Amino acid sequence: MTGSRETVLASVRRALGVTSREAPRRQEVADRLKGHPAGVIPARGQLPPSERIALFKDMVLAAAASLDHLPSMDEVPGAIAAYLRARNLPSSLLRGTDPRLADLPWHKEPQLDVWIGASDGHQLVGLSHAFAGIAESGTVVLLSGQDNPTTLNFLPDHHLVVVDAREVDGDYETVWTRIRARFGEGALPRAVNWVTGPSRSADIEQTLLLGAHGPRSLHILLVGTAD
Amino acid sequence: MTVAITSPHLKENAAEALKDAQLQEALAKVGPGFIGKRRAAADKMPEFEALRDSARDIKTHTLAHLDLYLEQFEEKVRAAGGHVHFAVDAADARAIITDICKRLGARTVTKGKSMISEEIGLNDHLEAQGILPVETDLGEYLIQIRHETPSHIIAPAIHLNKRQVEADFRRVHTDLPADRDLTEPTALLAEARGELRQKFLMADVGITGANFLIAETGTSVLVTNEGNGDLTQTLPKAHIVLASLEKLVPTLEDATQLLRVLARSATGQDMSVYTSFSTGPRRADDPDGPGEYHVVLLDNGRSAMLQGDLREMLRCIRCGACMNHCPVYHAIGGHAYGWVYPGPMGAVLTPSLIGVEKGANLPNASTFCGRCEEVCPVRIPLPKLMRHWREKEFERHLTPAPQRYGLKVWGFLATRGWLYRPATRLAMKALALLGGTRGRFSSLPLAGGWTRYRDFPAPEGDTFQAQWRARKASNRSTAA
Repeated sequence: MTGSRETVLASVRRALGVTSREAPRRQEVADRLKGHPAGVIPARGQLPPSERIALFKDMVLAAAASLDHLPSMDEVPGAIAAYLRARNLPSSLLRGTDPRLADLPWHKEPQLDVWIGASDGHQLVGLSHAFAGIAESGTVVLLSGQDNPTTLNFLPDHHLVVVDAREVDGDYETVWTRIRARFGEGALPRAVNWVTGPSRSADIEQTLLLGAHGPRSLHILLVGTAD
Repeated sequence: MTVAITSPHLKENAAEALKDAQLQEALAKVGPGFIGKRRAAADKMPEFEALRDSARDIKTHTLAHLDLYLEQFEEKVRAAGGHVHFAVDAADARAIITDICKRLGARTVTKGKSMISEEIGLNDHLEAQGILPVETDLGEYLIQIRHETPSHIIAPAIHLNKRQVEADFRRVHTDLPADRDLTEPTALLAEARGELRQKFLMADVGITGANFLIAETGTSVLVTNEGNGDLTQTLPKAHIVLASLEKLVPTLEDATQLLRVLARSATGQDMSVYTSFSTGPRRADDPDGPGEYHVVLLDNGRSAMLQGDLREMLRCIRCGACMNHCPVYHAIGGHAYGWVYPGPMGAVLTPSLIGVEKGANLPNASTFCGRCEEVCPVRIPLPKLMRHWREKEFERHLTPAPQRYGLKVWGFLATRGWLYRPATRLAMKALALLGGTRGRFSSLPLAGGWTRYRDFPAPEGDTFQAQWRARKASNRSTAA
């Protein structure tokens, strides 16, 4: 609605006493968008690599997720099979086309049914590869696309997420810098999802319960070391 | 359901709330829960106060350049294949949303929690158009099936207990076995998950709010703990973001600064479970995501707030900390405030949005204890802004006559110290005399509101000013 657009913008300008054409104001906005200053970055995540990984693990557990720390990608299929067995889950999972997941030695666990695609809500277990981990809060960062469909993050009961220890950063800002390096300035994939623990709700008498609408369990498969 | 404005009846609402035993039981948990959790989260983050300053400064900067950030945001949403719709008022926003729904032949719409949706009365409007809105946040779902309104901006069903929830689920979910066990909250949650899962998968359109809109990338940011917002915005054919103008922030880094104070101030989490950044519709090679992406930018009185003191209120990021720490909210709950936004932030925002004529009572429901300002993550001077509305109420002759005359008499005296001091001294002496040996009054003319519930203490000694002067004099003589 063009009429509404002009009415609202005119009203904003009137209240601010501006025309939107002032060169200094435009420059200030352009500078901020281009420079995207970081602001206050907490010291918590600013650690040498091994301590950063230790903090990430602590924070993941504090967010009520579970975690396996594996020496290499070769161990991932076995760890997944063990996770499913321990919880009496069917030996089946859904993943995207991420080459890092495709290249896993799935033949080591021949009983695992590995399906590829987005979720339609009928799968109990989803597997994703994170773009990053964030030590500051035990968060994993997932990017939309065929490699790791967004529906896998939310529909399955169990969400398993592979995180490369070399991609665990101290803070969110480092991850934004990496995302800009991959997608360009001012551009993002359709969805960037920060996930910190499994789904929960405290809407009934403020009692915290896990497993609201998203995954009841979030399991992090942290692989390798940071250096 | 649409909120009927009962703010002018705040006093009656409050009296009802104080008598409601079930509500009082629920409200007793508000303070102990939220206050401790926020404190603990803030204590674990040494930079918390610096982050609050940073959050305030980001919002202040954005509001001063809002025209330019709105234009930039619009351009970036378009570049990502999305649509931006400006809405002057509630009717405008409702029409934009129903047009999109009708064009897509939508029958069911899932909804993430949105206070703006309450503000514009969206659900009733959709229903009237034959479109079924389904609230998916657990708390919003509970109040939707009860035909109630939220009583808290982040915990909409905080006024309910689990017995009420069980009764409602038995009433509404009639397809489930009548003898099922719902005594544990986990069973209630599992049942809601099952019921809503089908709704998520069959919805044609998903409508969510936004915690932030990022100008740099044309992105909407949504924060939830349940994951309901993500299912709402990912699964249907179209995602409609309903947000007000002041949700704009310049960059990803700016949004990140604000996110660091949002969950800590709200629930005491370092970060909410799901923080999702959505930019445009499904891309060419995406296997999932909505086919259309729309942002409805609602003004509804906010642009006018940019002028003058009230601009500071537009920094609000809707964390709920002010009401979680408010002794008045603790006593009367959210519904008593009579419209969408309760607590201290509601007391400032409501008169701005529905007019001081209807909202004038709300800023009076404050002891000015200042706890709201102390905990506000973006440092909004809420007591100062409530005082702003009290002054407006007085200027516009909205205050009841006895109160106006009382204030005028007091004002006349208080601005004339030579008269005020002897007058108060005399009144005090008289009261002390009348109070006699009992030292208190069980009834007093003009103070019936007080003495109906407790005694009024008779004054002892001298007036404060007289005592102050006496002490200063004696200090001086000791020093000498």
